[in-house]
Amino acid sequence: MAFKILERKPLNWAERTYLPQIITGLKITLWNLFQKKVTLEYPDVRPVIPEGYRGIPTLVKDPKGREKCVSCQLCEFVCPPKAIRIQPGEIPEDADYAHVEKAPKQFDIDMLRCIYCGFCQEVCPEEAIFLQNDFSLSGYSREEMVFPKAKLYEMGGTFPDQHNKWGKKQQAAEEAKAHG
Amino acid sequence: MNYLPVLIALIKAVLMVAVVVVIAAYAVLAERKIAGWIQGRYGPNRTAFPVIGYIPILGKMLTRLGVFQPVADGLKFIFKEDPIPGHVNLVYYFLAPCVAFIPAMTTMAVLPFGEMDGQPLVLANLDIGMLFLLAVSSLGVYGIILAGWSANSKYPFLGGIRGSAQMISYELAMGLSILPAFLWANAPGSETGMSLFNVVQSQDQLWMVIWQPLSALIFLVALFAETNRLPFDMPEAETELVAGYNTEYGSMKFGLFFVAEYTHIVIGSGVLTVLFLGGWNFFPGLPSPWPGGWVGGVLSTLWFLLKVFTVVFFFMWIRWTLPRFRYDQVMRLGWTVLLPLALANLVLNAIFIALFDNWFV
Amino acid sequence: MTGRDDNLISVFIDEEEFLVPPGTNMVEAARLAGKEIPHYCYHPKLSVTGNCRMCLMELGMPLKDHSTGEPIIDRRGLQKIGWMPRPAIACATRAFPGIHIKTDSELVRECRNGVMEFLLVNHPLDCPICDQAGECSLQEYAADYGRGYSRFVENKNVKPKRTRLGPRVMLDDERCILCSRCIRFCKEIAKDDVLGFVDRGSYSTLTCFPGKDLQNNYSLNTVDICPVGALTSIDFRFKMRVWFLKETPSICAESSVGVNTHIESREGKIYRITPRRNDEVNDTWIPDSGRILYKSIDTDERLIHYTIDGSHTLVDGAAKEAATLLREGAVAVVGSGRASVEEQYLLGKIASAVKAISVSLVSRTGDGDGLLVSADRNPNVRGALLTGLITSLPHANLGGLASAIESGEVRTILSFGEDLTQCGVEKQLLEKVNVIYFGSHCNETGEVAKVVFPTLTVFEKAGTFINQQFRLQKFLPAVPGPQGVLPDIVSLGKLCSILDGEAIPPTGPEGVWAEMNTEIPQFSAIDFENIPINGILIDGSQWEHLPFIEGMSLHYDPDNNRQIMAEVTKSK
Repeated sequence: MAFKILERKPLNWAERTYLPQIITGLKITLWNLFQKKVTLEYPDVRPVIPEGYRGIPTLVKDPKGREKCVSCQLCEFVCPPKAIRIQPGEIPEDADYAHVEKAPKQFDIDMLRCIYCGFCQEVCPEEAIFLQNDFSLSGYSREEMVFPKAKLYEMGGTFPDQHNKWGKKQQAAEEAKAHG
Repeated sequence: MNYLPVLIALIKAVLMVAVVVVIAAYAVLAERKIAGWIQGRYGPNRTAFPVIGYIPILGKMLTRLGVFQPVADGLKFIFKEDPIPGHVNLVYYFLAPCVAFIPAMTTMAVLPFGEMDGQPLVLANLDIGMLFLLAVSSLGVYGIILAGWSANSKYPFLGGIRGSAQMISYELAMGLSILPAFLWANAPGSETGMSLFNVVQSQDQLWMVIWQPLSALIFLVALFAETNRLPFDMPEAETELVAGYNTEYGSMKFGLFFVAEYTHIVIGSGVLTVLFLGGWNFFPGLPSPWPGGWVGGVLSTLWFLLKVFTVVFFFMWIRWTLPRFRYDQVMRLGWTVLLPLALANLVLNAIFIALFDNWFV
Repeated sequence: MTGRDDNLISVFIDEEEFLVPPGTNMVEAARLAGKEIPHYCYHPKLSVTGNCRMCLMELGMPLKDHSTGEPIIDRRGLQKIGWMPRPAIACATRAFPGIHIKTDSELVRECRNGVMEFLLVNHPLDCPICDQAGECSLQEYAADYGRGYSRFVENKNVKPKRTRLGPRVMLDDERCILCSRCIRFCKEIAKDDVLGFVDRGSYSTLTCFPGKDLQNNYSLNTVDICPVGALTSIDFRFKMRVWFLKETPSICAESSVGVNTHIESREGKIYRITPRRNDEVNDTWIPDSGRILYKSIDTDERLIHYTIDGSHTLVDGAAKEAATLLREGAVAVVGSGRASVEEQYLLGKIASAVKAISVSLVSRTGDGDGLLVSADRNPNVRGALLTGLITSLPHANLGGLASAIESGEVRTILSFGEDLTQCGVEKQLLEKVNVIYFGSHCNETGEVAKVVFPTLTVFEKAGTFINQQFRLQKFLPAVPGPQGVLPDIVSLGKLCSILDGEAIPPTGPEGVWAEMNTEIPQFSAIDFENIPINGILIDGSQWEHLPFIEGMSLHYDPDNNRQIMAEVTKSK
């Protein structure tokens, strides 16, 4: 047989009154009464946000102020709760970053739908969307909680551009021009 | 006709009620603080009061202690919306909180809380004080039964049924457990009967708890059950019955139940102190150092209150230590353990007293 | 293998024998065998140039002794295979008996890897902004055969990224892999030779010939066949990523050719229309004019309410009112060559139930281009013939109807989707009679109509068309219609059941087909569910004597069609 039935150990007289156990319990609670409290007094004291924390998703700009998002819509595709809505748009030919060609016309994240899974950050080929430390959002209406592009950029701020893909491309174009 | 004694009695009564209700309110705060501390939390520490709360160090300290919390709680009870469910029996639904509250307040009439020049400090020093106390306090269960019944929904109903069964079961053991105390307190042929003041006076050398520990234990357990405190909070049992008998109540009606429950605890602790912890007597073997006059009265009262608060603390300490009994365990403990034990205790004490009286006196 | 067809020859693909028709090239042979040979420049409907080198494979043939001509037998007793030392391209290799190829050997994989690396040397990292992403051969093959990283350290080529080749096509030169499919398409299919490569080496560039533009009516097919994102549609550019789009098989209602299409939509909005391959009708092409038809469905002009005398009602109320008007008699029915077969059948039933004085269809004509736009711009005139709605070909002008109204002969007109004011019946004239109008958009006929039934467009409903070849083809709803508008079959069916006294009106094409099976001999044994995706030829020989106006088009020859019809008849 694969299992063995163990007889429960019979209780002795003292144990059957439960009193020693109750006294033990009382001792433990009394000891705890005087211990240091573990409560974090939240709004006054903020918890330490660990590295790699997944807070609210935001859009970021590169150090030169270019919006990194090119509206490839991969985040919209991968988003499990379908919180992201993108309307792609074209960068006009006379703009500074015309060679990037594409940028979001509208980029909405419904923060009420977002589940902070971080898939959007993972899938982004341009490293334009980052989950940041902020974790407490509130608003007075559902519409208010759908964050538009401007607000997402405002919250996202600027991130360093590790690969400088579009910068290199611009540089290559200038070099090619110089060589005729 | 002289109205003065009536007026004085009325003023005393109002004063007493006011003091006990305030103590009950702060007992709620104490419960929340102790629960917090035992669980590694702070408990209520945010409610600030204008002016007092802004006093540099003291105000901050009082706020952290949650001293103003009962005020906020009380205001909340009064100003909250008072919904009345459509399915209740209105007469009994409104009657129940009053029935629960009035006995809780009435019992204090016979509870002595101090001594002044050999006279008890009490609203009414009755010969049958203990009997009155038992009789009136058991009326409190009607509030629970009425609440459970009139709410006309399943959880309050179950809570009410449990409350009544538990009350009946432990009333017996409680009654039997205090008899030895009175047997010992009353010399044969004395006429003090069941006067609570007399019990205290008889303990000036030796507290009853040392002489009668078993009686004290049985009384304590029964007291827990009678006040519906954990581990015997069958009528309320949040984890099983939502909120038990007061599920359908809100606002100040719930508040009355709440205050009644804590008043029960305070008065119960008082009775325990009177019967077994020597009342306002100083320490076992030491004569009470209270001077005469009103100073002695105040000091003895404070000493009495200190003991009461210790017992109240014990109530809370137990609550945040032990889990709740199962309903059948409560019944089994009451009928098969406490009742026989209390009976045997009484009979043995009676035999012992008889032998003692006959042989040695 | 037994039962070998003499017409088929045996080829050995990865040491497995398959039978293929003679002349099949090895890309197609492998496809028939269920294997994929990757390719960029090869297209089944275009000539073979073999310039991308992606379809390289190992080729071998059974050896014969040169001197005796005897097969050389190896130790196992099988004819020995002589493998060529170097790989050959599959697209330019025709099947011959006994041919052996390897599609997945070490050498072949290495070849593909090398080709991929060269193609990607100058290919920009544009996938996030490229419209082709998701349906890009380069992406797919890079994932399947690519190296995964780049060894190229120099700058990539910089070329123009926004060249307009024509009004509808945009060229991104950097992305072009020089497969020349677009050039061949313009030359061979569109017969509008405007594209070509200039310069050499890595400077090679696709361009239009001087003074010419890529503006023929088939220019957007170059976008479809471009294996990468070099050619993009200006209309669809940056509108939506293709992986969001749902493809619904449909039929283009532009003309009686009946081009097979995919309607690509997301969340009830159509984004583009692409051709669906049907080798009997349109191969893999579609005219540009057919791609923009969907734009009219989402406008303010849509009719969205059932109305009686201008006040809103429900379909049952409208049907009851219409039935009352029709029962008064003196009815003229105007059907439509744009309605589906099912609708025309129900309309025919209504016409016979009310003993209509006249049933007419409005013809629409234009110039045929000999390819995929025919002269008859009604997609379903033959459906009206088959269902018995009409017996002769329609006219553009309803002059007869106008004089009948004037003489008081006609008191009620039921028009299905036709604006009568556009075909010879004046608005003032229409005001004299009761008009019951079924239509999808507002027009003058709708304005004067007593009862209006809003209808759905071909993109929103299910049904069938019969094209110029008498080919029955079905279309399915791609997007939902306006809220509250029922499919035309339902509203017609309700009207029909009131007039006929039938209990249960059909709720979809299946119900109508169950009825048509017994009523129309040509339709027996066809049910809507089982109409093949490429359509099914119907016996239309009964109507061959009619002077159809269509000329030659891609897979249609008016003279030849009679023969095909005859064969279909014979086979039944």
